[in-house]
Amino acid sequence: MGTLVQTLASSSSTLSTYAAGLATHEGEAHAATGVTAYAWLLVALPLLGAAVLLLGGRRTDRFGPVLATALSWGAFVVGALVFLAMLGRGAEDRAVGIDLFDWIAAGSFKVSAGLLVDQLSMVFVLLITFVGSLIHVYSIGYMEHDVDKRRFFAYLNLFVAAMLLLVLANSYLLLYVGWEGVGLASYLLIGFWNYNPAYATAANKAFVANRVGDLGLSIAIMVMFFHFGAVDFATVLGAAGSNANQGFMTAIGLMLLLGACGKSAQFPLQSWLGDAMAGPTPVSALIHAATMVTAGVYLVVRSAPIFEAAPTAQLVVVIVGAITLLFGAIVGCAKDDIKKALAASTMSQIGYMMLAAGLGPVGYAFAIFHLLMHGFFKAGMFLGAGSVMHGMNDQVDMRRFGGLSGAMKLTWATFAVGWLAILGVPPFSGFWSKDKIIEAAFIGEGWRPWVFGMAALIGAGITAFYMSRLFFMTFHGKKRWTDDVHPHESGKLMTIPMIVLAVGSAFLGLILGPTGLFTSWLEPVTGAEPEGAHPVIPVPVLMALTLVLVAAGAALAWLRYWRDDVPVTAPAGSLLTQAARKDLYQDQVNEALLMRPGIHLTRSLVFADSKGVDGAAGGLAALVGGTSSRLRKLQNGFARSYALTMLAGVVAILGALWVMS
Amino acid sequence: MTAVAPLALPTLPAAFQQSNVDYLAILPLLIVFGTALIGVLVEAFASRERRHAIQVTLAVVGLLAAAAAIILAAKHQGLTMGLTDGSTNRQLFALAVDGPALFMQATILLLGVLGVLTMAERFGGVGPDAFTPSGASTPGSATETAAARAGALTSEVFPLTMFAIFGMMLFPTTNDLIGMFVALEVLSLPLYILSGLARRRRLLSQEASLKYFLLGAFSSAFFLFGTALLYGYAGSVYFGDLSKAIASGPLAMNGLLLPGAFLVFVGLLFKVGAVPFHAWTPDVYQGAPTPVTGFMAACTKAAAFGAILRLAYVGLDTGRWEWTNALVLVALLTMVVGSVLSVTQTDMKRLLAYSSIAHAGFILVGVLAFDRKGVGAVLFYLVAYGFSTIAAFAIVSLVRQNGAEATHLSQWAGLGKRYPVVAGAFAFLMLAFAGIPLTSGFVSKFGVFSAAIGTGGATGTVLAVVGVLCSAITVFVYARVIVLMFFSDAPDDAVEVVIPSVSTTFSIAIGTLATLALGVLPSALLDLADRASQFVR
Repeated sequence: MGTLVQTLASSSSTLSTYAAGLATHEGEAHAATGVTAYAWLLVALPLLGAAVLLLGGRRTDRFGPVLATALSWGAFVVGALVFLAMLGRGAEDRAVGIDLFDWIAAGSFKVSAGLLVDQLSMVFVLLITFVGSLIHVYSIGYMEHDVDKRRFFAYLNLFVAAMLLLVLANSYLLLYVGWEGVGLASYLLIGFWNYNPAYATAANKAFVANRVGDLGLSIAIMVMFFHFGAVDFATVLGAAGSNANQGFMTAIGLMLLLGACGKSAQFPLQSWLGDAMAGPTPVSALIHAATMVTAGVYLVVRSAPIFEAAPTAQLVVVIVGAITLLFGAIVGCAKDDIKKALAASTMSQIGYMMLAAGLGPVGYAFAIFHLLMHGFFKAGMFLGAGSVMHGMNDQVDMRRFGGLSGAMKLTWATFAVGWLAILGVPPFSGFWSKDKIIEAAFIGEGWRPWVFGMAALIGAGITAFYMSRLFFMTFHGKKRWTDDVHPHESGKLMTIPMIVLAVGSAFLGLILGPTGLFTSWLEPVTGAEPEGAHPVIPVPVLMALTLVLVAAGAALAWLRYWRDDVPVTAPAGSLLTQAARKDLYQDQVNEALLMRPGIHLTRSLVFADSKGVDGAAGGLAALVGGTSSRLRKLQNGFARSYALTMLAGVVAILGALWVMS
Repeated sequence: MTAVAPLALPTLPAAFQQSNVDYLAILPLLIVFGTALIGVLVEAFASRERRHAIQVTLAVVGLLAAAAAIILAAKHQGLTMGLTDGSTNRQLFALAVDGPALFMQATILLLGVLGVLTMAERFGGVGPDAFTPSGASTPGSATETAAARAGALTSEVFPLTMFAIFGMMLFPTTNDLIGMFVALEVLSLPLYILSGLARRRRLLSQEASLKYFLLGAFSSAFFLFGTALLYGYAGSVYFGDLSKAIASGPLAMNGLLLPGAFLVFVGLLFKVGAVPFHAWTPDVYQGAPTPVTGFMAACTKAAAFGAILRLAYVGLDTGRWEWTNALVLVALLTMVVGSVLSVTQTDMKRLLAYSSIAHAGFILVGVLAFDRKGVGAVLFYLVAYGFSTIAAFAIVSLVRQNGAEATHLSQWAGLGKRYPVVAGAFAFLMLAFAGIPLTSGFVSKFGVFSAAIGTGGATGTVLAVVGVLCSAITVFVYARVIVLMFFSDAPDDAVEVVIPSVSTTFSIAIGTLATLALGVLPSALLDLADRASQFVR
């Protein structure tokens, strides 16, 4: 154990060195040469697309979607070139700062808008642009008959631009701009079909829940400014790694976590994600599964030195992750709506990432790795769900699916790959990332590895159950279709992105995981995985245990949802099922704890305002009005009294002058 | 006493010798006066059909030529129109052509162009729409028809306006009390007539004209009485002599000086509508033909403030003694009464009249800064307010019901929904009156208040604070108009906005655009006003 502590400490110092190195790189901001200097195009291209489509109006209807897709691919090409350029440099020289312009200069407070292109942001850039572009392509098919698809593509491009800004920003303030930008795009897209009041409400719910989180992030930024006098990564993280006041670090860490919880739908701010499925399915795939909701994980990993300096905040991150992964998994077991079940799964998977991010250097790389893998297989499954909905007249009730494997072979096959990947079946991608997180959760001393490790392990079992349930209910068993549906495979524009994502889900983990490519790539940013850190249960035993649990979960699902008939209306179910269907009463809790007191608070404030403040203001206004009415009587229209007024005024003022002198 | 008696005409040439007159310096004045005289001849000789066109063209060309001549005159700044006192060899100058005078002249000329263009509006009729050719008849009566058939026209308003403009230009330029009085009367008499010429609501207009005349005469009496007292104190009516006498004069004579100074101010404060000499303002603004009201509100105010500045800064400035207290008192009263009374107004023209009173108070705050910065701020304020107010009154003249102007506030309800452009322009002008940023009103108020705080001492600060509070009160008034126009439903018998000719459209557009331009990019004019703020002594 002694060695472990030592290695942990040394890895902390690695981080500090990294942060210090970051500072030097920031100093050499103009070192960005070649294609890297054009990294700003990553943000500019999709932003241009959004601007053209939104400002151009109906004139761009015809070519808008294609333009947006092309610009998104353009961003991917730029990203790939920057990535290749980065590969050409040594590991230490890969992080490059690019100063764009002086953004805010208020006295001693200066923020320059700049980009930080390093290994971590590059992973995100590639994920966002690649998956994002695929989903653009898919959307051309999916949204083909929507009258307003230009607006849809404009928002998608806006999202891509904002998300890239979020991950490329070199300061918390600029990150916040991207953070708000993705929030805006998410809000606009959830409520895209806002003629349906329920969808509009869903958008508002997401917006409000995100505001709570955003408030946390903004407070964190303010505390940073107060404590460090700066908000750029180099200064803040450098100072956090060297000499930090633990109280401040804990405060910043917890506030950052609040922001992450809002954006990533983590407990206790998770309630919006299920409702967010109101948006078009490509949106659910891109924003509410693959990219935006993982921004919280990015924030925590990026702020690693702060959390390293604040063990309490770090512990809270782990707790939040563990709670959410179980919470999402349980909710996922009871949902009959295919998209909501997938949303619960997303929540649970991000819980895994959060848990890993809270574990420190043992987990950072795997948190990001799982994020990347999840981006592929979850996006693929969402696109599959969209394809199913496409073939089933936009139905989402899995109790009305069943036996679709025959009608939609391609969708079935790609979905199956995603299913195997999320289950963690070797050699599919989830195995390489999720198992590592479970292993990492078992590392440590005292009660923690047991609690968190068991949570992760049990979560894997439940995941296997509900994902298999989803898969079997949709594609296998008896056909429970309503009479008017005629399932058919979707067009090429939709199936090709699904195939590409399925290929990624199948092989990417195998390429990057066991070879150590990914961890060594991220090492300069996240620090090396500590040597000699072993799980409290030996790794082979753990692996076997995981696979047994996964197999058990899948088998149970097979028994109940493939072999047995599934009733087309949901049975009453146990108390736990009923609770899970209602998201474990999260909305009711929110309502009782926040909404009702909030309403009472605003009512009493309105009362105080109307009686107190308005009373004073109204009284003043009445005074002025009354004086005015009285003075008005002097204006009686008689020239003689006007002349008298003048004379009286002259006499009075002369008298006053006489008295004064 | 016996020494004064021989001042009979034949003895003058022995004592006084005429000095050279710098004609270039007074060229703008001469052009305007000449144009007015030609206008009289046109009235007598031009044919009826072409008279209106000739008069309008003549007036506009004359005003523009005079404005161009100001550029020439700017090179010939100094005192002029002087006499040399043979016995003492003293030079006595009647006119002071200096920065403030030229700036005021140019302002009056440009605002005058806009004023003339709005007066020229015919709405397709034969003569100016706002004026009656036969004031004694009742509207629509047989007498009126007969007068129209006999060829009665109202194109005499243009020469009258030109005479008024001549007086206004002279007013801030005069360097002695007698000249100032002459200018005061020259500008006032045509305005008395113009006020009584309204075609619609004729009796109201004639009543306004009579009231204006009576009260104007009353205030002139105060002015003359004050002049007499000051002459008694200083032995001269020239501002230069006056200030020298105050600087070195005996304290025992202060009993003449203080009332004299204040009474002269009364005559000037009457013209700007300062409280308690304001009572005529709402009645006359309401009764006068609307284009005349706009012209008066903009140009008379500018001219009278020019005169107030010269009297306060050149004639009486030495040491700034107790008379400033009187002005402080008047400024406070003007701001408070003007803004408080505007709250309960229900007629658009009266509302704008009280607004103009409140603005007079704000400008007085700038005068009381007693600094070049204050002068510059006042000059800017007068330009900005002039453009906004001419445009505002021009818009008022367009909003009509059954052909007559609809000036009751309730008639303006819902105007914004039906005529968004006109109502939008009016709302913008309201914001300018309220002093909202990005309008010229904000820059103006900021200028005078900051000058008062900067150099006006504790008094200046108090004035500025009261000014800001009063501005807040007036915001309510202007906001109410905007709310009425845009957020109320139009009544069933809704008013209409008549389509004006090019001339009125031009006035409104220039007035509104100037309000915007001076709000967004005020620095050029602020700079010019600042450079023009030095008085010659």
